[in-house]
Amino acid sequence: MRFLLDTEQRAFAASLDAMLTAADTPRAVRDWSRGEHARGRALWARIAEAGVFALAVPEAYEGLGPRPVELAVAFVELGRHAVPGPLVETVVAATLLLDPGPAKRFLPALASGESTATVAHEGSYAVDGDAATLRLALAADGLRLAPGHGPVRPSLDPARRLTRLLPGGELLAPDPPVDRALLWARLATAAQALGVGLALLERTVAYVGQRVQFGVPIGSFQAVKHRLADAKTALEFARPLVLGAAVTMAPADVAAAKVSACEASYATARTALQLHGAIGYTAEYDLSLWLTKARALRTAWGTPDECRAEILAARA
Amino acid sequence: MDLDFTPAEEAFRAEARAWLRAHVPPVPLPSLETGEGFAAHRTWEAELAADRWSVVNWPARYGGRDAGLIRWLVFEEEYYAAGAPGRVGQNGVSLLAPTLFDHGTQEQRARVLPSMATGEVVWAQAWSEPEAGSDLASLRSRAVRADGGWRLSGQKTWSSRAAFADRAFGLFRSDPAPARPHQGLTYLMFDLRAPGVTVRPIGRLDGKPAFAELFLDDVFVPDEDVIGEAGQGWRVAMSTAGDERGLTLRSPGRFLAAADRLHGLWRDRGCPAWARDRVADALSGARAYQLFAYAAASRFLDGESIGPESSLNKVFWSEYDIALHETALDLLGEEGESADSAWAEAYVFALAGPVYAGTNEIQRDIIAERLLGLPKGRR
Ligand SMILES: Cc1cc2nc3c(=O)[nH]c(=O)nc-3n(C[C@H](O)[C@H](O)[C@H](O)COP(=O)(O)OP(=O)(O)OC[C@H]3O[C@@H](n4cnc5c(N)ncnc54)[C@H](O)[C@@H]3O)c2cc1C
Repeated sequence: MRFLLDTEQRAFAASLDAMLTAADTPRAVRDWSRGEHARGRALWARIAEAGVFALAVPEAYEGLGPRPVELAVAFVELGRHAVPGPLVETVVAATLLLDPGPAKRFLPALASGESTATVAHEGSYAVDGDAATLRLALAADGLRLAPGHGPVRPSLDPARRLTRLLPGGELLAPDPPVDRALLWARLATAAQALGVGLALLERTVAYVGQRVQFGVPIGSFQAVKHRLADAKTALEFARPLVLGAAVTMAPADVAAAKVSACEASYATARTALQLHGAIGYTAEYDLSLWLTKARALRTAWGTPDECRAEILAARA
Repeated sequence: MDLDFTPAEEAFRAEARAWLRAHVPPVPLPSLETGEGFAAHRTWEAELAADRWSVVNWPARYGGRDAGLIRWLVFEEEYYAAGAPGRVGQNGVSLLAPTLFDHGTQEQRARVLPSMATGEVVWAQAWSEPEAGSDLASLRSRAVRADGGWRLSGQKTWSSRAAFADRAFGLFRSDPAPARPHQGLTYLMFDLRAPGVTVRPIGRLDGKPAFAELFLDDVFVPDEDVIGEAGQGWRVAMSTAGDERGLTLRSPGRFLAAADRLHGLWRDRGCPAWARDRVADALSGARAYQLFAYAAASRFLDGESIGPESSLNKVFWSEYDIALHETALDLLGEEGESADSAWAEAYVFALAGPVYAGTNEIQRDIIAERLLGLPKGRR
C-alpha cells in the first residue's frame, strides 16, 4: 500500500502546470467564450501532445491507457488553469467509442488530439457542440454521430457553450458502455473541479496577502483566515477521494469523489468571491473564470443528488 | 499509487480480526468515564496486552509488534469494526509515548512504556490550567528546583479521566521570569497519588465524572521524571504534537465503523429521505478520512513529517464526528433523547472534539498561517 503519487506522476503534473502557466490560458478562455477557438485549439494541441487524451484510449488504438490515475492528475491541472473546451466530453467519447463496431475508428484521432468530441443525450445540452469535431449523441437506439447542433446558448460559465445535438446521424454502436463512460466522466469532472477549487484558493490566498484595509493585509484578520482554512480542509479531503477513486474505479468511490470535490470547489468559490470583495464580482477580473466553472461542474455528469444515490446504492 | 495491502498485511488483518472475534466482550462495557467502567476498560487493556494487541505499532520490547503505521491503521479498522471498547489509555499512548520515543531516556522508556501498554498505569494529560487554555504558554504552575528533583505547585484542570488515572504528565514553569512565555517551561511526569496532590473530579456535560482538577502543593518529583531538558518543555511537548498525533489521536477505523452503523440505523428506520444526503456524506467523509490517513502514512514511511497538516485532520474529524452523531440522534427521534444509549454517549463525546486537542479556531490559525502562509495577525 503506497497511496502516494510516484515521481513520474508528479513530474507529469508539474510539466503540465509549467506548460499551462506559460500559455496565457485566461486569454484563451475569453476568446473561447466569444466563439473564437483558435487560441483554445492551439492550447488543446499542446495538451494532447503531452498525452492527456491518450490516457483514456487503450494502447491498441494508439493511446496510452486506460490510465485513470494519470488522467485524474492531468485533469486537476486542466482545472487549475481553467482550460476551456469539452475536456471531459472528449474523455467520455473515448470510452464510448470502445465498442467493437465501427465506432473505434475515431479513437486514434482522439488520442492524438486531432479531434475533439462532445457527448450528450439526444436533445440535451452538449458542451461546445460548435467547437467539437465529433458530436456524439446517446440516443434511444445507441450511440449516434450527430449530424449537427442547434444554436449556441450561454452557460453560467461563459467558457462552456451549450448546444443541443440534432437527431439522427450514423449509428456507431447499438450498445455503448454507458456505465463505464459515466465513471470516467465523473472522475474527470471531479479532478477538474478539485483543480478549479485549488486555483480559487491559491488566488484568494495571494489576494488577501496583499490587499490592505485598516492598515494591514486583510489576510491577517482571523475571520478571513478561518474561511480559507475551511476551504483548504475541504479541498485536501476531497483530493484523496479523487485519487482513491481513480485507483479503484468503483462506482461509489467515483461518486463520492465527484460530490465531495465539486462541493469543496463550489464552497471555495463562494469564499473566494466573498474575500475578493467587489472586484471578485466582475467579469474583467480573471477570478471569474474559475468562479463560474465551479458552479457549472457541480451539476455536470451527475448532480450531488445522483452521486449520493450512487454511494448509498453500493451498500444496499 | 496503490491501495493494495501486501499478503503479510492481509495476514495481519486476518489475525487481528480472528483475535477480536474471539475476545471482544459481547456486552458493551460500562462507560469509561465512570469509576466502574474505567476499571472494566483497564481489565480489557490487560487482555489486549496479553496477546500484544494494545500498542501494535510500538517496538516489541515495550509490548508492541513493531507493526508500523500501515498495520496500525489496519488494526484500528478491524478494532472498531469489531465493536471493541474505547481505549482508556489513549492519552498516554497517543501523547506521552511518542514524546518519550523522541525525547525520553532509555531508562524512562523502559520504566514507563511497558506498564502503559498493559493498562496497569493509566496516564492523564495535565496541560490546561484555569488561566491557560488556548494560550497554554501562559501557564503558571511552578516547578522549583529541589534536592535531586523538583517541587511542583499550582493548579491543573480539565484533565481527562484523571479522577481514576494513576500518573500524569504536564508542563510547569521552571523559570519564573523568562524572556518569552514559551521559554522556561519544563515537561514532567508525576504521580497522581503523591503527597501534596489533590484530585477533584468534575462532571462533564452528561454529569459523568470524567475529568478532574488537580491541585499540587509542593509535590516532589525526582530528576528522572523530567522529559527532555529542563527549560525546554515547550519544544518537547510540541514536537510530537504534530506528527503521528495527527493520525493516531483519532483513527479512521473509528469513523468508518461509525458511518457504517449510521447507515445501518438509517436503513432500519426505513431510509427516510430527509436524512439521505447526510448519511451519504457520512459515508464519503469516512472514506475521505481513511484515504487521507493512508496518504499521510505513506508519506511518513518515506521519511516525511506530517507536521502542521495534522491541523487539517483535527478540524476534519471533529466536525465530522458531530455531524455524524447529530444525524444519528435525529434519526432516533424521541429515543435519541434518552441519555443512556450508545449513540447519545458518543454524541456527547463528539461535542467536545472542536474544543480539546487545540480548539478548532487555533487549528484554523495554524492551517492559515503555516499551510497557506497568511500573515500572522493579532490573536
Ligand atoms: C472533553 C475534554 C477533555 C479535555 N481533556 C484535557 C486533558 O486531558 N488534559 C488537558 O490538559 N486539557 C484537557 N482539556 C482542555 C482543553 O485542552 C482546553 O479546553 C482547550 O485547550 C481550550 O481551552 P479553554 O477551554 O480554556 O478555552 P479558551 O482558550 O478560553 O477558549 C474559549 C474559546 O475562545 C476561543 N479562542 C481562544 N483564543 C482564541 C484565539 N486566539 N483566536 C480565536 N479564538 C480563540 C477558543 O477557540 C474557544 O472557542 C479537555 C477539554 C475537554 C472539553
